[in-house]
Amino acid sequence: MNGHTDILAIETSCDETAAAVVRDGREVLSNIIYTQISMHTVYGGVVPELASRKHIEKIDQVISAALREADIPLKDLDAIAVTYGPGLVGALLVGTAEGKALAWASGKPLIGVNHIEGHISANYIEHPDLEPPYLGLVVSGGHTHLIVVKDYAEFEILGRTVDDAAGEAFDKVARAIGLGYPGGPKIDAAAKNGNADAIRFPRAKVNGSEYDFSFSGLKSAVLNYLNHAEMTHEEINPADLAASFQKAVVDVLTDHTVRAAREYGFHKVAMAGGVSSNSALREAMRKACEEAGMKLYVPSAIYCTDNAAMIGVAAYHEFMRGTRSGWDLNARPALRLGER
Amino acid sequence: MNMIALDSSGLVASVAILEDDILRAEYTVDYKKTHSQTLLPMLDEIADMISLNRASVDVIAVAAGPGSFTGLRIGSATAKGLALALGIPIVEVPTLAALAYNLYGADGLICPIMDARRGQVYNGLYGFLQGSLVTFADQRALSVEELAAELNEDGTSPVYLLGDGVAAYRAQLEELLTVPHIYVPAHLNRQRASSVGALGAVLYAEGRAVPPEKHAPIYLRKSQAEREREEKERKETKDAGDER
Repeated sequence: MNGHTDILAIETSCDETAAAVVRDGREVLSNIIYTQISMHTVYGGVVPELASRKHIEKIDQVISAALREADIPLKDLDAIAVTYGPGLVGALLVGTAEGKALAWASGKPLIGVNHIEGHISANYIEHPDLEPPYLGLVVSGGHTHLIVVKDYAEFEILGRTVDDAAGEAFDKVARAIGLGYPGGPKIDAAAKNGNADAIRFPRAKVNGSEYDFSFSGLKSAVLNYLNHAEMTHEEINPADLAASFQKAVVDVLTDHTVRAAREYGFHKVAMAGGVSSNSALREAMRKACEEAGMKLYVPSAIYCTDNAAMIGVAAYHEFMRGTRSGWDLNARPALRLGER
Repeated sequence: MNMIALDSSGLVASVAILEDDILRAEYTVDYKKTHSQTLLPMLDEIADMISLNRASVDVIAVAAGPGSFTGLRIGSATAKGLALALGIPIVEVPTLAALAYNLYGADGLICPIMDARRGQVYNGLYGFLQGSLVTFADQRALSVEELAAELNEDGTSPVYLLGDGVAAYRAQLEELLTVPHIYVPAHLNRQRASSVGALGAVLYAEGRAVPPEKHAPIYLRKSQAEREREEKERKETKDAGDER
């Protein structure tokens, strides 16, 4: 309403209560994240009911902080955006009900945003040269998707995980080794002192769908290894184990991504989601892309984790295409990319 | 004073718009559609019907709990979004007190009962004294047996039974209750946003509104994960004590 398009975005799909104001789909005016990680740590993972309770407690403070920091009053916004799926249903419901009421009371258009589309869009914030089409990889605690980004809000899914998400495998293995929660950063840190070739874990292929992923077999292989070691009273080396497991995940992710980019003729690859802050994955992907003559885009860590700025970016492109949501917008825990 | 009142604490979704002591509009639905899909469209419809100027609303009243955890949060998030956008406060109305307000002026003991699952009900005990709501038992979670024993012992009659817990436990109540009791009819026996609003107006006049960022539902219960963790810790402490 000032020659710019300013969108307030809300994100509550898992354990981060977040709000942001984004200008013209590229410029982040504010990005507030209240993370609940410390509350869930004692339970070894996200407890959905506790996550929902914390969201409702914090959401207005987070939204007010986002508006204050952006120095834009609600009445000057062009639209209000909210993540409505996929994610934890109770958590999503808090954000959707809040976003709808805010939009209704302030007379602003409402835009429901797909969380995965948000992750992909995170790359537009810091990479002005990145424009579709390109190949995208979204890896997080809840998602593992290989995607052709045809246009700003147009996607084709090439592959996804058939069982655990990559980040979920990190969490489960970290728990088994006794590294604690959240597993991603813990394994990343432990692996730095380990030998990634110490143990040979399987790199799973999914029959009949060359770009799908499967991480549950790998997780089982780690658990079997631990059981075997316990029965034979063998000392395990957590650092070697973490590094070897991590390498198995990283190998599959980089192999699938570069292979798909080559087959579809893309020279640009964009990675996003919480797991894309993993240092081994970043390094391996950079190297693999470089060798294949492709340019790799990865957001800074703050835009890899769940945040609302990425939702605001995705919302901008939906807004420009005319997407508007109704007051009956519902949380959709299993929402697919490209689905409405 | 203009007010929007909301109740999505149970199976009923209900919204109302009040202007001082006038109920301008109310919309109540008891159907299986999720509150997330119904509550705001219902508010939108009645607001249109009475050409509500949204900026003229002074306060949001919400049934703040107990109730279905998810239902409460849909109501609370809606209330918080409305209040934040309009720069107005929220009045947190206890769900069971609002249910009791359905029977404004009744002559006996008002006993709203909500099904709380796990063999329990949410309940509070209320009455009216010279037009004011009196609380005899604060809202709590207890078993139907405990509640029936309490009502029988107290002996105040008649006891007005209402709420979705009555339907769920009617046979058991019939068997256990020795005190005279009355089942409240359909137009008054479930959550009504107009009652939330009417009681909310009383609380608002007493200066008990809160800023939206301070509002959170009253669950009366911890989450299952917290309960299990505390149980485990208690056991470990006890075991450690036994070993000593």
